[in-house]
Amino acid sequence: MSSQSLTSTETEWKLPSPRVVGMILVILTETALFTIFVVAYLFYIGKSVSGPYPHEVLELPILGTVLLLSSSVTIVVAERNLHKGINSLFNLWWLITALLGVGFLIYTGVEWHKLIYEDHLTISTNLFGSTFYSLVGLHASHVVVGLILILLILILNVSGRIKHYHHEHIIMISWYWHFVDAVWIVVFTVVYVIGAKS
Amino acid sequence: MANGTAITESGTELVPARPGEERGTPTGWIQDLVYTVDHKKLGMLYVGTGLFFFVLAGIMALLIRAQLAFPNGHVTSPQEFNSLITMHGTVMIFWVAMPIVFGMINYLVPLMIGARDMAFPRLNAFSFWLTFFSGFFLFFSFVAGPGLYGASGAPDAGWFAIAPLTSQAFSKGPSIDYWSLSVLISGIGSVTGGINIMVTIICYRTKGMTLHRMPLFVWLALVTMFLVVVYLPPLSAAQIMLTLERHLGAKFFDPQAGGSAILWQHFFWIFGHPEVYILVLPAFATISEIVPVFSRKPIFGYPMMVAATVLIGFISAGVWAHHMFTVGLNSFGVTFFAMATLAIAVPTGLKMFNWLATMYGGKIRLELPMIFCIAFLFQFLIAGLTGVMLGVAPFDWQLNDSYFVIAHFHYVIVGGILYGIFGFLYYWYPKAFGRMLNKRLGLWHFWLFTIGFHLTFDPQHFAGILGMPRRIYTYQPGRGWELWNLISTIGALFQAAGAICLVLNLLWSARKGKIAGDDPWDAWTLEWSTTSPPPEYNFETPPEVRSRRPLWDLKHPEDPDWKFE
Repeated sequence: MSSQSLTSTETEWKLPSPRVVGMILVILTETALFTIFVVAYLFYIGKSVSGPYPHEVLELPILGTVLLLSSSVTIVVAERNLHKGINSLFNLWWLITALLGVGFLIYTGVEWHKLIYEDHLTISTNLFGSTFYSLVGLHASHVVVGLILILLILILNVSGRIKHYHHEHIIMISWYWHFVDAVWIVVFTVVYVIGAKS
Repeated sequence: MANGTAITESGTELVPARPGEERGTPTGWIQDLVYTVDHKKLGMLYVGTGLFFFVLAGIMALLIRAQLAFPNGHVTSPQEFNSLITMHGTVMIFWVAMPIVFGMINYLVPLMIGARDMAFPRLNAFSFWLTFFSGFFLFFSFVAGPGLYGASGAPDAGWFAIAPLTSQAFSKGPSIDYWSLSVLISGIGSVTGGINIMVTIICYRTKGMTLHRMPLFVWLALVTMFLVVVYLPPLSAAQIMLTLERHLGAKFFDPQAGGSAILWQHFFWIFGHPEVYILVLPAFATISEIVPVFSRKPIFGYPMMVAATVLIGFISAGVWAHHMFTVGLNSFGVTFFAMATLAIAVPTGLKMFNWLATMYGGKIRLELPMIFCIAFLFQFLIAGLTGVMLGVAPFDWQLNDSYFVIAHFHYVIVGGILYGIFGFLYYWYPKAFGRMLNKRLGLWHFWLFTIGFHLTFDPQHFAGILGMPRRIYTYQPGRGWELWNLISTIGALFQAAGAICLVLNLLWSARKGKIAGDDPWDAWTLEWSTTSPPPEYNFETPPEVRSRRPLWDLKHPEDPDWKFE
């Protein structure tokens, strides 16, 4: 097809970035996945026929929540430094983000250890156990994926392989991280607030 | 690029190809297909995979029909019969219809929007190979150890795997695990493929192709892939829960522990009904491309077609429980889902009228693609009408789980979706292979298959109204079902003969067919502006688009479309 030079009255042809659209769609499809687990949790609140019940064993995970939500702030600070071109500060705040994520996972591990060994709640104990471990576990697995991505960026940046045209990649990873945090707010509300009294 | 040429370019110096990489040798040919990230080759692999499994699942259908041809039949054992109906349904949906749909869209979308490949070519290959291997994974269940006594290891809990029949207590052995894991893997492949296609459409349109100038095929592909991205995850979530239940003792669907068997059905059908639209929208898409070209008129009511598609996409989210009218919903639920089901007939009806209006007053050419489209219009109309009947809840209470339902959804899937796929094959085969499909053999295919289709599925409506339940292994004489079942089985043989004509035609024409040229149908979309088959890079220079029919503008510079849009 010959490309005739048309006297185009149209403005410049600009389309959205595939990375941005792709990440939005990943978040959309993940949202659909989480929705089903959240619905299952809500549907089965108070339907367990044997204990332990949520009000007996669940405690508000204040520390874990603070750790995870503050990591959403630190990742924004890291991004700012990236745009300013201050590499060392980017690395620092990016590392703090990763450490906060690790802290959240450790907190979850401690919580699960208590639930399993002291309260004898496992995934096969009752409906509460099934829905609790599957929903919180699905979220935790997403935190793990996010951490792997963050650490990957850190390693690549320390070894000097991150160039200016990689900035959008990094921003997309931070979007994913914000999504994981947003899911935690939903999980927190559903599991530890709405479902805690049953 | 592993394109198998004798000389590969690596950096600046030319190095000879490794042994086996030469084009034409069998090993080079296989290497080419395994290494490829080209959307056209992957599209053809998708369609080829779908057709391969179509033959296997079709053989299962013939066995089912042979078993039901006469009362008290003993062609298969009851256990094998359960496996056959489960595998037939599962394979036809997940490894025949889905790969062909993805293949169609994969092949055509980048060409139609003037792109050189998909947004993420390697992800595209990943999606395909997941689909491919998950299919073989499912079939491996036939030999992978015993299920129930007297049966193979193939899953046997029905294609929507009714809980708690799927729990360890009732389905011992690994058969259900093969089912749930293979469906889960193919689901991951579909979601990644869906994201890839959506990103391609949104971000890689050629200059000037605004949203309101996209071919309808691309619009419908976009909506289809949106449905894939949003409604496949519920199925994956349900499969994860099922696997947790079977192997870690979770209680999701265990009524004894307070779990709900109904919840499984909700989760399955939240996926299951949009899935129908995932499959039928691409068929609509091919109809929307073929009908205008063979009526020599632009599509009637383009904006209305787009709006109707988007509307179908939205309403399809709220109709799933019409598969569950008989499980005991409350009256609000029944009313809501019945209303939504009837409402979705409105945009679908709009589309029917728009296709008819496109044909009205047109200069119709009865070439093979068009013949299949016309048959589609007739058959899909009846499928839609029985769908509206079943959407009326009291009617559904009478006929749910009867052969009437079987007849209805085979009218949708075979009479509608499969005819759309046939139209697709006859219309775009010349583009993919550079050769026309044989018309005489194509007509044999059409008539044998259409006669067979009606012989098979028309009588099943009557058998259903006479009370024949679905999934039964056999039946007693004297209930008035014998004649309908016998006709049905005879029809299946006609369909098989028709399908053989198609396969022979596809194989024969690839080497011996008439040379097609770049634009055999005098069409208007961009894929016909490049060579047949298109080069790996699709377009030498990215085309520029000023109307919905860019190729018309090029052929008729004195009367271009963009003056009137």
